[in-house]
Amino acid sequence: MNFDDIKQGIVKLIRKAETELPSDVIKALKNANKIEEGVAKTQIEAILKNIDLAKNTKRPMCQDTGIQTFFVTVGINFPYISKLKDLITYAVKIATKEVPLRPNTVDPFTGENHKDNTGDNVPYITWDFTEGSDVHITALPKGGGSENMSKLGMLKPGVGLEGVKDFVVDEMIKAAGNPCPPTVVGVGIGGGADLAMKLGKKALLRPVGDRHKNKTIAAMEEELIKRINDSGIGPMGLGGKTTVLDVHIEKAHRHPASLPVGIAVQCWADRRANMIIHSDGSWEVK
Amino acid sequence: MEYHFKLPGSKDEIKKLHIGDVIYVTGKIFTARDEAHHMMLEKDKSSLPFDPSEMALFHCGPLMKKENNKWKVVSAGPTTSSRMEIFEDKFIEKFGINIIIGKGGMGKRTEKALQKYICVYTSYTGGAGALAADKVEEVPGVYWLEELGMPEAAWIFKVKEFGPLVVAIDSHGESIYRNLKK
Repeated sequence: MNFDDIKQGIVKLIRKAETELPSDVIKALKNANKIEEGVAKTQIEAILKNIDLAKNTKRPMCQDTGIQTFFVTVGINFPYISKLKDLITYAVKIATKEVPLRPNTVDPFTGENHKDNTGDNVPYITWDFTEGSDVHITALPKGGGSENMSKLGMLKPGVGLEGVKDFVVDEMIKAAGNPCPPTVVGVGIGGGADLAMKLGKKALLRPVGDRHKNKTIAAMEEELIKRINDSGIGPMGLGGKTTVLDVHIEKAHRHPASLPVGIAVQCWADRRANMIIHSDGSWEVK
Repeated sequence: MEYHFKLPGSKDEIKKLHIGDVIYVTGKIFTARDEAHHMMLEKDKSSLPFDPSEMALFHCGPLMKKENNKWKVVSAGPTTSSRMEIFEDKFIEKFGINIIIGKGGMGKRTEKALQKYICVYTSYTGGAGALAADKVEEVPGVYWLEELGMPEAAWIFKVKEFGPLVVAIDSHGESIYRNLKK
């Protein structure tokens, strides 16, 4: 098995995520460019120019290359499961030099920057298991500016879904220009505190423009998009029609006494890339 | 209105600017985030290795690369300015800053200092790091790189036509962000 080749594949995955935005996000930004005017339009135009430049020069589109975050679904018949964590970690170290990535991992006690984007519990990997022998990896490098606007609300169940919607809209208005709007907002409803936050983050994996298959949830997504965009915060908080490109909701059953709502915010640089590793070690980055 | 500026810009030039104006700047800018603000405020102005009053202040933690022993900017968009609200008024007063470049806006304390010391806060498109890097001609210096690390160090950039920068808080007490909250 050529593990070096798989490592290079993961480096390619990281490079793609950092330098090329998914087509669904570009499409949404181009739509925003059509409806915005004045200062708001200057912002969307700069974003679109920046996306082109980053792709053509193979440079990270944003200097904040984020905390390296991966969602991995492992086919239980993949023969090298025990190697995956090390491969991802080493690939992050290589990518830091080669892409390059900004050294973004700081020890919270000593303040020391680890300089290779690894450290305690980082890269942050979420594991899931499935039938088959392929491994699916999604890279979701997560910037600090948008992550800082994350919110957890342990709401009283009595406020109901109206209370959930108000909470999300209020928090996004409070966040204003800080998370680099137009953003993509992931909302996790239900579960416990940690699960609500996790579902919010996982909701960001869905393509922009994709509606939840549950019609009630899809309707709530649409209502939230409208209400947040009606706030007028606009691109970079300078005023305009586009504050969010999308809102995605995921749910879990909750305790009768709890109504947790987790909000994960992603900046316009909604960076995502996917990779499949087959059991013979061959791989594709999409 | 659109203006093209040579940095640092005179007080008269700064006074001409109003919210919604777009400016492009040419000259020297220095980066400072939380740690550099903190460190610089603890030092005497005369002991600093560079003169901040000759430059624009850029809230930025750039991604840099050393090539042939020279620093090059890979990506350098603005960082969230609101984190610097706790010390920005003192910073403007102490170092005679005329132009701040950041993103996301700042609060009341900074607004007052901008008015008192004739300074503007401008917004550069967040995340547009590749585009910003393209406007940097040279990196004449970097300070406190070892102590603070790449994102938090003070980098000096020589820039040409750096922008578009939207004047978001002016020296007349107006703020785009405050107006939107109404």
